[in-house]
Amino acid sequence: MIIEQQYIDLYNQAKGMINRHSSDVLNAPREQAFADFQKNGFPTKKSEEYKYTDVSEFFNLDYGFNLNRLAVPVDPYEVFKCDVPNLSSLLYFLVNDSYFAKPGVGKSLPASVFVGSLKDFSEKHPDLAAKHYGKLAKTENDGIVAFNTVFAQDGFVIYIPKGVTIEKPIQLVNIFRGDVDMMSNRRLLIIVEENAEAKLLSCDHTIDEGRKFLSTQVTEIFVGKDARFDFYEMEENGVDTCRVASTFVSQEANSNAVVNSITLHNGRTRNNYEVTLNGQHAETHLGGMAIVDKTQSVDNHTFIDHAVPHCTSHEMFKYVLDEKSIGAFTGRILVRKDAQKTEAYQTNKNICTTADAKMYTKPQLEIYADDVKCSHGATIGQIDENALFYLRARGISEKEARMLLKFAFMADVIDNIRMDAFKDRLKLLVEKRFRNELAKCAGCSGC
Amino acid sequence: MKRRKFNLMLEIKNLHANVNGKEILRGINLTVRPGEVHAIMGPNGSGKSTLSSVLAGNPVFEVTEGEVTFEGKNLLDLAPEERSCEGIFLSFQYPVEIPGVSMVNFMRTAINEHRKYKKQEPISASDFLKLMREKREVVELDNKLASRSVNEGFSGGEKKRNEIFQMAMLEPKLAILDETDSGLDIDALRIVANGVNKLKSEHNATLVITHYQRLLDYIKPEFVHVLYKGKIVKSAGPELALELEEKGYDWIKKELGE
Amino acid sequence: MQEEKDILDEVTTGDYKYGFVTDIDTEIIPIGLNEDVVRLISSKKNEPQWLLDFRLKAFRYWVTLPMPEWAHLQIPEIDYQSISYYAAPRKKEGPKSLDEVDPELLKTFDKLGISLVEQMALSGMAVDAVMDSVSVKTTFKEKLAEMGVIFCSFSEAVHDYPDLVQKYLASVVPYRDNFYAALNSAVFSDGSFVYIPKGVRCPMELSTYFRINAANTGQFERTLIVADDDAYVSYLEGCTAPMRDENQLHAAIVEIIAHDRAEIKYSTVQNWYPGDKDGKGGIYNFVTKRGICKGDSSKISWTQVETGSAVTWKYPSCILQGDNSVGEFYSVAVTNNHQQADTGTKMIHLGKNTKSTIVSKGISAGFSQNSYRGLVRITKNAENARNHSQCDSLLLSDKCGAHTFPYMEINNETAIVEHEATTSKISEDQIFYCNQRGISTEDAVGLIVNGYAKEVMNKLPMEFAVEAQKLLAISLEGSVG
Repeated sequence: MIIEQQYIDLYNQAKGMINRHSSDVLNAPREQAFADFQKNGFPTKKSEEYKYTDVSEFFNLDYGFNLNRLAVPVDPYEVFKCDVPNLSSLLYFLVNDSYFAKPGVGKSLPASVFVGSLKDFSEKHPDLAAKHYGKLAKTENDGIVAFNTVFAQDGFVIYIPKGVTIEKPIQLVNIFRGDVDMMSNRRLLIIVEENAEAKLLSCDHTIDEGRKFLSTQVTEIFVGKDARFDFYEMEENGVDTCRVASTFVSQEANSNAVVNSITLHNGRTRNNYEVTLNGQHAETHLGGMAIVDKTQSVDNHTFIDHAVPHCTSHEMFKYVLDEKSIGAFTGRILVRKDAQKTEAYQTNKNICTTADAKMYTKPQLEIYADDVKCSHGATIGQIDENALFYLRARGISEKEARMLLKFAFMADVIDNIRMDAFKDRLKLLVEKRFRNELAKCAGCSGC
Repeated sequence: MKRRKFNLMLEIKNLHANVNGKEILRGINLTVRPGEVHAIMGPNGSGKSTLSSVLAGNPVFEVTEGEVTFEGKNLLDLAPEERSCEGIFLSFQYPVEIPGVSMVNFMRTAINEHRKYKKQEPISASDFLKLMREKREVVELDNKLASRSVNEGFSGGEKKRNEIFQMAMLEPKLAILDETDSGLDIDALRIVANGVNKLKSEHNATLVITHYQRLLDYIKPEFVHVLYKGKIVKSAGPELALELEEKGYDWIKKELGE
Repeated sequence: MQEEKDILDEVTTGDYKYGFVTDIDTEIIPIGLNEDVVRLISSKKNEPQWLLDFRLKAFRYWVTLPMPEWAHLQIPEIDYQSISYYAAPRKKEGPKSLDEVDPELLKTFDKLGISLVEQMALSGMAVDAVMDSVSVKTTFKEKLAEMGVIFCSFSEAVHDYPDLVQKYLASVVPYRDNFYAALNSAVFSDGSFVYIPKGVRCPMELSTYFRINAANTGQFERTLIVADDDAYVSYLEGCTAPMRDENQLHAAIVEIIAHDRAEIKYSTVQNWYPGDKDGKGGIYNFVTKRGICKGDSSKISWTQVETGSAVTWKYPSCILQGDNSVGEFYSVAVTNNHQQADTGTKMIHLGKNTKSTIVSKGISAGFSQNSYRGLVRITKNAENARNHSQCDSLLLSDKCGAHTFPYMEINNETAIVEHEATTSKISEDQIFYCNQRGISTEDAVGLIVNGYAKEVMNKLPMEFAVEAQKLLAISLEGSVG
């Protein structure tokens, strides 16, 4: 408990300040979360769930906190020029963990819809916020969720009431900016009510290279009956940024959700995705890709809970590992006793291109119902030598051929994206990444 | 045998090659000039496909002895892609499926690499599409196939037609057709062979590797070589192919005293 | 067809047919475990000092360990002090010939279908039979000895071949390996020892039958198999126990060592008493089995058919140390009623061009839980390692569970590792098709299950395959309804 102690002390000293700059809804679970954090601490490699990434190490640095909610001297509308071409989106910003509101920048949204600061939302709709906040992200199960709940003061919220469809994708840009090493603890809360529909593209960008950042993010997503929600997360952080993100999705009957995690560039990343299918005929598509080199590491830990019959889940994660990078994937699928007629399919495919790259994969099926169709497949290998020769025999250089094949390897993950402009943009970004042309997001002038 | 007095295109001298430590080619000698069509025949396991792979530079095979020159250059020093850009085209016996790489992207990349090699500018998108359209007709290739991933889900015949389509796109000097007739029905065979014939000129040469005579009814060779146990044991005119068709390979083995 | 008919007959009549108790004079030491018990076991077996020292070290380590809890198993607290750690058919001296063996004992093995006399006369299979803690008779010893093959009980080996035993004992499974390995190392009673000298192909299948008979006893046997350069041996293991209401403990260790170009095939048909339909009684089976392909181009192949035990905790593994060595694991695990199985393998690739294959077929019925747990580790220097794993689960009821927990840890980029898993049930179409051809539903299930498990069954030696096939059908009796 040595690493934890400094944070325990910090909370004890700064409790008042934290609460003052937040809202009642966010303050309510803080004490319980603090007790849970004191009890469990950060997970270590000894824990089966964290055996491939020592996340406690991420916290073993002296980070600055912006508990007093001072404005960060940056205007993201200036810094962030990049836009996915042809993607006419509703653009929002978080700078570190603060919601950035620019006066005069309005969005044409129906009045019943709320998109913006979590703190504002919980003051405007305290009942709605209290009904959902912290209900999926349980602080007793995971030390980092507890930690985030202790320190989170604000974040981002999407509330789409019954029957409303937001056609335009909502784009959330998270910017890490700091003059010292910084930690940010942010929350995302997404409520898509019955028969409503929305899409969110969220991306992480480190602006200040050379600074160390640590981001904890807890996302809770409620997808109501007959609702549809797409969530694309793209990480384009610097090598000195650590990210621990936990996403909890709860789906009701006939709902349809996409959760897609794209690690294009990062430092060290741990993503948890937990999807619970609570209503019959719910369908979920969980997937992602990781392209890593240098000493980057990505650990995606997923859990799909088929709690009721007649639900379908598709899961696909792909990794390309170069240089001294490390990849880990855990995919647990639980089919509960009465969840008959479940269909659950999982694949994890990985390419290691150097002797120093390491990959750990742990698919798990736990099935307690008999009338189900479940499968998983995992492979670790290299670029197919036959395909490589075929391309070279057509005059394509070895380097180019390797790039093409790596790109092709990722094609089906990109195909799962249900947002055409983003799909095209991502194809370009992935290709650039494999060509080593993309150290960071290309369109972002601040990078 | 009459040989035209053109320059040498391909010259193979005493070529030996191994795969996984096992010697497959045991001293091949062969000369090919522009405008010529050579057929290499031989029983299964004689080394026919190995020869085509070695010429294209497949890294699985190790050349242990001998020389191969192509238009005066030492071919064995060149990477597979350099050989391709120099004008060697291999029509694969088993074309490789590459999911995720579209035919269009694949062909444009190949064309541009060839142009870069010749110090030419990349082809414009409209010229490229025009070229695709034009060359597709050579082998009556469906437009739909061009929009799919390379060879993925193609039938056997479609794969072979796709090979000849690529050959038309890249306009090689030396085309090596490795068992291009295998797995083709008679109509597909005619389409493929017509495609090859349309592309033939006095400047390029063709090496047809086949087990059977039937492809040679369409693509007429001037020279027929019999490959056996890694060596060319007999060379003659087109009449040799007919003789092999009739008598099989046993008489050659007998001739060799086996 | 005749054979299939027999199987079906068994299905309709069979319960656990091995559940009888043999009434023979048995010497049992008092329950409980402490250093004195360890010393007592050692002295009863006239063991040399080094072996006693090994046992004591293991015991002292064991007392520091908690029972492992990571497996997907619900095991009630086991009171290790309420078990007797040594039981032996009472006798004055070891039997010199079959005539001296207690006739009751011989009848027991007759009932098990292993008549020692018959075995000697007919089948050309050498058998070592272990009852409770003591090896009672090894057949064919003389014939094997002519070729230099050593096949004897572990206790005999300790006295007759101390150098070999001392060299290889605990060289693959050290006593510190895990809780049950430590326990076994402290109190192991007997087992089989096999040594195949250089260049010898063992001319017959070697076989050991293990039987727990006495009440309130645990069985802790130890098997050690060594194949020297270019040697080959196929070894079979069978296990049964009487029906008793209380749970009995079985914690064995098997160590196998293959030197250069040696090949060892180890087949198991495990049919310990699984408990009754309500989950009462049955064997707790905690086994550590591991082989090392020490030499280049050596091969170890594990085949197991697991139908018995209330709880199975077992991961026959291969350490592929020699270059070009091969490890294989073929498993069928059937669980019915309230049985629980957590079984699988570990393939540790150390040498270059090493190859491993894993085929696991789980069949769950009733209220049972059936888990596959496996690890494939490719270490940094294991160039060109290859692994293919296939784990299939078949569910026969809506109250049971089938789980897979494969781990893949890859530290070398030249590796190709593939894992596939599927879960399915027998489709109504299949059953209907069989019904329409006049086959009852229960028989159809038997047929389909045997077809499903065929890939593994084919790896068993003939004699075992027939028995295993019958066992599958019996184990699943009454599971469809």
